[in-house]
Amino acid sequence: MKMAQLTPAGTIHPFPRSGLQVFVESQSGQRVLRCYQCGKCTAGCPSAYAMDLGPRRVMRAIQLGLKDEVLASSTIWLCLQCQTCSARCPAEIGIAEVMESLRLLAAAERSRPAERDVALFHRLFRDLIRRWGRIYELGLGALYNLRGRHPFANLGLLPHLLSRGKLPLLPQRTKGASQVRAIFARVRAAEREAPPPEAKEGTDASRQ
Amino acid sequence: MPAGSSYAYYPGCTLHSTAREYDVSLRLVCQKLGIELRELKDWACCGASSAHAESRLLGIALPARTLQAAEEMGLPLGVACAMCFSRLKLASHELADGDTLDQVGRIIGRGLGNKATVVHMLQVLDGEREALPIKRTLEGLKVASYYGCLLVRPRDIVGFDDEENPQMMDRLVEATGAHAVPWGFKTECCGAGFSVPRADIQLKLSHRILSQAKAAGADCVSVACPLCHSNLDSYQQVMRREYEHEIGLPVLYFTQLLGLALGFEPRELLLKRHITDPLPVLKARGLA
Repeated sequence: MKMAQLTPAGTIHPFPRSGLQVFVESQSGQRVLRCYQCGKCTAGCPSAYAMDLGPRRVMRAIQLGLKDEVLASSTIWLCLQCQTCSARCPAEIGIAEVMESLRLLAAAERSRPAERDVALFHRLFRDLIRRWGRIYELGLGALYNLRGRHPFANLGLLPHLLSRGKLPLLPQRTKGASQVRAIFARVRAAEREAPPPEAKEGTDASRQ
Repeated sequence: MPAGSSYAYYPGCTLHSTAREYDVSLRLVCQKLGIELRELKDWACCGASSAHAESRLLGIALPARTLQAAEEMGLPLGVACAMCFSRLKLASHELADGDTLDQVGRIIGRGLGNKATVVHMLQVLDGEREALPIKRTLEGLKVASYYGCLLVRPRDIVGFDDEENPQMMDRLVEATGAHAVPWGFKTECCGAGFSVPRADIQLKLSHRILSQAKAAGADCVSVACPLCHSNLDSYQQVMRREYEHEIGLPVLYFTQLLGLALGFEPRELLLKRHITDPLPVLKARGLA
């Protein structure tokens, strides 16, 4: 195996592209190999302190094709999509988009999320939009507490929000709701027809 | 943007629920300035912050339905929520690709030309700042303008302002006679939707922002996003308990500050709906 090859574009490919990297690049449109590990992403990331792998290490793990490590990390769930990393990356990689593509991969592979509550929150949010066409805050809070088996979470603010009329008791109704349900259904059908490329273990030597 | 202009108005879910005061104050200010807001009929959620976490296509299709409605009205789409603004801008960017446009058009079941331009209402009102009919100057009030993440990033897609040190809200605040304090946390993340599943993280980030605003000498914080508002305003009570640190910094929508300067009363601008009461600070400056 050749260890390095100068491509016509002038970029060095030290490794064959891993299946993970192929998936991430096709879904996010970002060129992961451009990352040279400067660490600005992790330095500016507001939630990096709570992650097991910082964004910089996730970028390296993608280059190396370490799919299981990446999907098991808390990082992909603790990314707030604030885009600070993308804004500051000197290699101009949209790192936040990379993180989003990893969440899509986690969903496609049904991998066990390291941050169960974050994944649950997103799922309930989507379910409520599909049902009502708009978000229903009180319903979201109630479902989250029941399904997540933490019935007393976030209750401290409730009286303040209710007394100021900030939390409507009933969901907003919109005639758009049935169209939103149809959009969800058609998206699902389109994605069944043309699923994203599989992120296989190991590397894709044909790209060498 | 000239006075007398019209916008297709997309309030987004929260402006009809938790952030009604943002909707009300925006409408008052626009009315005063002769800007017409025509609310879209039967609008639905833009999908933030969760649709795009499951499916890229869904994250484009939900805002595309809104873009199509504005296109049909033949008006620019005016948005007040920073998250909606971001999702609509990103969708519009993705729809510049012909194949995506065709596919999403089929999914929303309507012809889609991606012709609507998306603007945040802060941009619209910034265009009026030279000609504001000020009734009550906010002189003496020190304001920390907080932009958050999604108004300014990613810069090449939202095309808003500098992504590290934006100025648009600062100069609008100054146009009311108030002083916009220079500070370093204008575009740091408040923790967004983590206030539910990881409240510990959201609390830490929001607390950092408020502490910095206070250290910069601000009397209040000005925002242009309902989620930023909720995180910075409502959670000050929890911060007091968690960090034994009294912040006591009112957080107002920029439209409420503007409304005060244009002569509306605190009651009309629904200032009472905030959890951290802004009235003591305003009264101390003779503004309420």
